[in-house]
Amino acid sequence: MNAIDQSLQSLRDTFRRDLVWPFLAPEHAAKVDVSNQMILYVEGLNLSFDGFKALNDLNLYVKDGELRCLIGANGAGKTTLMDVITGKSKPDSGSVFFGQTHNLLSKDEADIAQLGIGRKFQKPTVFEEQSVFDNLELSLKTDKRVIQTLFSRLSPSEIDRIDEVLKIIGLNDQRFMKAGALSHGQKQWLEIGMLLVSDPRLLLIDEPVAGMTAQETERTAELLTSLAGERTVIVVEHDMEFVRSIARTVTVLHQGSVLAEGTMDQIQNNKDVIEVYLGEEAVEA
Amino acid sequence: MKRILRLCLIGIFMALPTWLMAVETKNLLSELTQTKLSKMPAVLEQLEAQGDESLLPVFRAWLGGDLYYTRADSHLVVKTKVAGETVYMGVFSQEVDAELGSKQVRKIKVNNKLRGLLRGTIARLQLTSKQPELRESAVRELLADLDRDTFTTLEALYPQETHSSVQEMMQTALSLYTAKDPKQSQSARLAAIDYLSASLENDVRNGLVQLSQDGNAVIAAASNKALDRINQSVERYAFVDQLFFGLSLGSVLLLASIGLAITFGVMGVINMAHGEMIMLGAYTTYVVQLIMPNYIDYSIWVAIPAAFLVSGLMGVLIERLVICRLHGRPLETLLATFGISLILQQLVRTIFSPLNRQVSTPSWMSGSWEINPVLSLTLNRLYILAFALLVFIALVLILKKSSLGLNVRAVSQNRSMAKAMGVKTEWVDAMTFGLGSGIAGIAGVALSQLTNVGPNLGQAYIIDSFMVVVFGGVGNLLGALVAAFTLGIANKFLEPTTGAVLAAIFVLVFIILFIQKRPKGLFPQKGRAAE
Amino acid sequence: MSKLLHWFSAGRTSGKYTLPFVILLLGITLLASAANLLLPESSALHVSTYSITLLGKYLCYAMLALAVDIIWGYCGILSLGHGAFFALGGYAMGMYLMRQIGDRGVYGHPTLPDFMVFLDWQELPWFWLGMDQFWFAMIMAVLVPGLLAFVFGWLAFRSRVTGVYLSIMTQALTYALLLAFFRNEMGFGGNNGLTDFKEILGFDLQSDATRVSLFIITALLLALVLLVSQRILSSRLGKVTLAVRDAEARTRFIGYRTERYKVWLFVYSAVIAGVAGALYVPQVGIINPGEFSPINSIEIVIWVAVGGRGTLIGAIIGALLVNYAKTRFTAIMPDGWLFALGALFVLVTLFLPKGLIGLYGQLKSKRQTLSTQEASS
Repeated sequence: MNAIDQSLQSLRDTFRRDLVWPFLAPEHAAKVDVSNQMILYVEGLNLSFDGFKALNDLNLYVKDGELRCLIGANGAGKTTLMDVITGKSKPDSGSVFFGQTHNLLSKDEADIAQLGIGRKFQKPTVFEEQSVFDNLELSLKTDKRVIQTLFSRLSPSEIDRIDEVLKIIGLNDQRFMKAGALSHGQKQWLEIGMLLVSDPRLLLIDEPVAGMTAQETERTAELLTSLAGERTVIVVEHDMEFVRSIARTVTVLHQGSVLAEGTMDQIQNNKDVIEVYLGEEAVEA
Repeated sequence: MKRILRLCLIGIFMALPTWLMAVETKNLLSELTQTKLSKMPAVLEQLEAQGDESLLPVFRAWLGGDLYYTRADSHLVVKTKVAGETVYMGVFSQEVDAELGSKQVRKIKVNNKLRGLLRGTIARLQLTSKQPELRESAVRELLADLDRDTFTTLEALYPQETHSSVQEMMQTALSLYTAKDPKQSQSARLAAIDYLSASLENDVRNGLVQLSQDGNAVIAAASNKALDRINQSVERYAFVDQLFFGLSLGSVLLLASIGLAITFGVMGVINMAHGEMIMLGAYTTYVVQLIMPNYIDYSIWVAIPAAFLVSGLMGVLIERLVICRLHGRPLETLLATFGISLILQQLVRTIFSPLNRQVSTPSWMSGSWEINPVLSLTLNRLYILAFALLVFIALVLILKKSSLGLNVRAVSQNRSMAKAMGVKTEWVDAMTFGLGSGIAGIAGVALSQLTNVGPNLGQAYIIDSFMVVVFGGVGNLLGALVAAFTLGIANKFLEPTTGAVLAAIFVLVFIILFIQKRPKGLFPQKGRAAE
Repeated sequence: MSKLLHWFSAGRTSGKYTLPFVILLLGITLLASAANLLLPESSALHVSTYSITLLGKYLCYAMLALAVDIIWGYCGILSLGHGAFFALGGYAMGMYLMRQIGDRGVYGHPTLPDFMVFLDWQELPWFWLGMDQFWFAMIMAVLVPGLLAFVFGWLAFRSRVTGVYLSIMTQALTYALLLAFFRNEMGFGGNNGLTDFKEILGFDLQSDATRVSLFIITALLLALVLLVSQRILSSRLGKVTLAVRDAEARTRFIGYRTERYKVWLFVYSAVIAGVAGALYVPQVGIINPGEFSPINSIEIVIWVAVGGRGTLIGAIIGALLVNYAKTRFTAIMPDGWLFALGALFVLVTLFLPKGLIGLYGQLKSKRQTLSTQEASS
């Protein structure tokens, strides 16, 4: 059955007027087609783990240059959604497009990263055995094929770029320190730095301020707002204060689908949201 | 004193009937040594009338011309050859009388007429035996050379026979004779051949092969058809036989790998010394048999718990001393346990010598279950198959029902969460490792019944066990069950066409390709926690 | 300013001992060779040809250890099947040496090796064709292990088989080859393997000069492999390799196709193992299926672990030390060696996770902190 469904789907895709046939699409078209002002199209996404529906007919559109916050209770599907966008998990059905041409579901993690989608994980993961500088060097936007990597040399402009990022993330003095020796907050910064140095179009950031001091949180908020416009940023965060300080548009996820979308004020006055997300607080109030 | 007296009395009572019966027989037998050849048939008739099955050896020896009596006391003896030397032994006692030479004995004569009579007598005596098994085997023996006399004997006995399997055998014999007899009508012969086509006896097949060369074309064609039918059912049984061997190998693999599946699933470590745990179990069986040489039949019931304890304790020891210190470093654990396996192997070599040791099989486990002439299942394999399934079920119950099982499942699904909930993960690790190793020890007991016990016993099964675990999926008991039997059966079915070595290679290549499609085995764990 | 800093950082990589080590290695090689060829046997400083061959053998093992270290120490792939690549390289060389025997075999057949005549074969199997050419056999010694590594690695890494799973699969690989090469029908001499070699490229294999030359060639190739590997691993590719070892998923998310890196590194490592095998066979004089046995492959890993994984020199030192110990040990008490080896596995993984090199580093840093403490007080 599944095979028939798949072939039917591919047949339907062949006749969709809004798609270019894959063999006609230019190879490695790194250009992201945002002529409709949208950079990310997520449609009808379903994914279940052993009967538990992590994503349930999820639809999400993100404008180019937007700063979008995703909120929702644990298990609402925020991280799973990021997993699907970055190619870590494959959904049971649905589609994810980056710009109008790039079908993300047909690509793997490396491809997606090279298209310009960067991700920061919930738990900071940096290359602990290597220096801060090396961590950034690895993340540079370069040709990442094997032979090219073997013979690559750092160009002066690349070194300048790394220096620039080192200053932004405040780790200039730790540049030759092993990343494993950094504090938790510094690792968070390093990971953000690794995102910046790769010059992405779309940043997916999972709980950036966990473990940061109030001061650092403020700096992060500043950084993220400054990034928006040129880049598109999607932030998952539990810290409502932080969300309020940066967000223009907030999307609330609940049980694998979108519950509400709008500005922070709209969200806070939304009946559904109050019921399911802020339910207890509302009752207490 | 009283007791001895009573014992004597009992002895006399028990000996009395045989002694009484033997008086008449003894007289007749001594008559044999004096009667002329022409009067022999009468004596024979009288002897047969005694209906004594113990006389069968006498008749057989007589028929073969090996029956003698001593000149001194007219005592009956049989001439046989032991290691090339002609010797004489008592007909009933079966003991060689070394003092007797050809000078001291005289032959009891036999002629063709007497031979015919003797054959009939032997057949009738066997056929009227009280035990149906004896009667059945008597008829089966007759299949090879049926003649007029035996045919009439069988025909006469057939209506009285009550046991169904003996009846069938008799019917087969009668049909075989009828089919071969050119004097019978063609329709009778054809009906007989038709009946024979359901038989799997070797002699029937030989008879049919002869008949297929028969001058009568109809008979020959019918025989060929019957042969085809027989061959088909023989092939069917050969298939069952292969299946049985596959299941048997599968059960061994299951026993060997199931402990590995548990430790791998719960702790994420590969125990390279798992094979040596099996070996320890096998050697425990050997030692238990050394300690109780007179109770081999019961030794296995001691060996199973003993092997479980020995291997299990060794497992706990290894876990506490080495593996728990290497937590979260699965590759290092693999290397360290490999070192342990080297040490254990060498230890066994030093203690027990590098030579293989023979473990004897209890009598109730030896022999085979003969379903029909072409299919017989060896009992030890049958028992091990049942045993493996039993162990599997017991293990599933332990994991599902006991509190240890609950803890083990909790740790295997989310170690840090379990720890946070107050599960003593260290204790669970040690117990899990002990359990897995203990089961390997039990596997060793089973293996000792199939192969010789040597220091390399574990090595022979370890890679196959790994394959079972990889194929079945990590920490999945059902997966291990399916994988073990699949691999066992596949191996045995490939073997006849490709040879054992190539079969093993094919299975390995298959698994390498299989994990392309399903890197996490047959029954993978799903969800974010599985990453 | 920052460029200058970066230049300094490059100098701080672990490769700074490589060049002195290579010089030391080649120096000892030259001295030993000269001591064998130039000094009379009566001299106290004379090195016997037996010792030269033994040293050559150790150097082959060192190269093999280097191969394993590259993928285990740097990329985190624990291969328990590298003996297979070593043996395949060895078999390629063995086939060439076998063909060189010509009609000097026991049966005197002009083309067929003895074991084929014994099996009553009429002509050479196709895979023996061309093996009488040295260049062709050497290409095979590199190509066959490389190809096998490529196919296996491609299949395994593409489907993201990692960790102990992968180790078990590599072990199964070498086990399957062991079974296959034991078969007479395979055409590689079955149980007995290939042996009774006479000469290589026209030089008598028994002569001192040939032995010394083989030893020197082994040392040179080891030095070359060491330098090339050091260069590769200190390039950005090396950094990606370490990244794959420490956080493979993360490496993928910054755009590297980690499976390709792993496949190529695996192939590179297998080729080195093949070369080591090809050098090993003419010096030892035999190759048989025993080289495929899983225990051999695991032993290589322990050489690397003893020396210190993640450092190329450590792997070489470990291989030399353990094999020297093995030679001495098996001569004194043959039964004890397996106990010692087993204990080595346990003790090194428990107490020396970074090997001897790591231990040296620890001692050194301890002394440094001590001396700075003294200086400050």
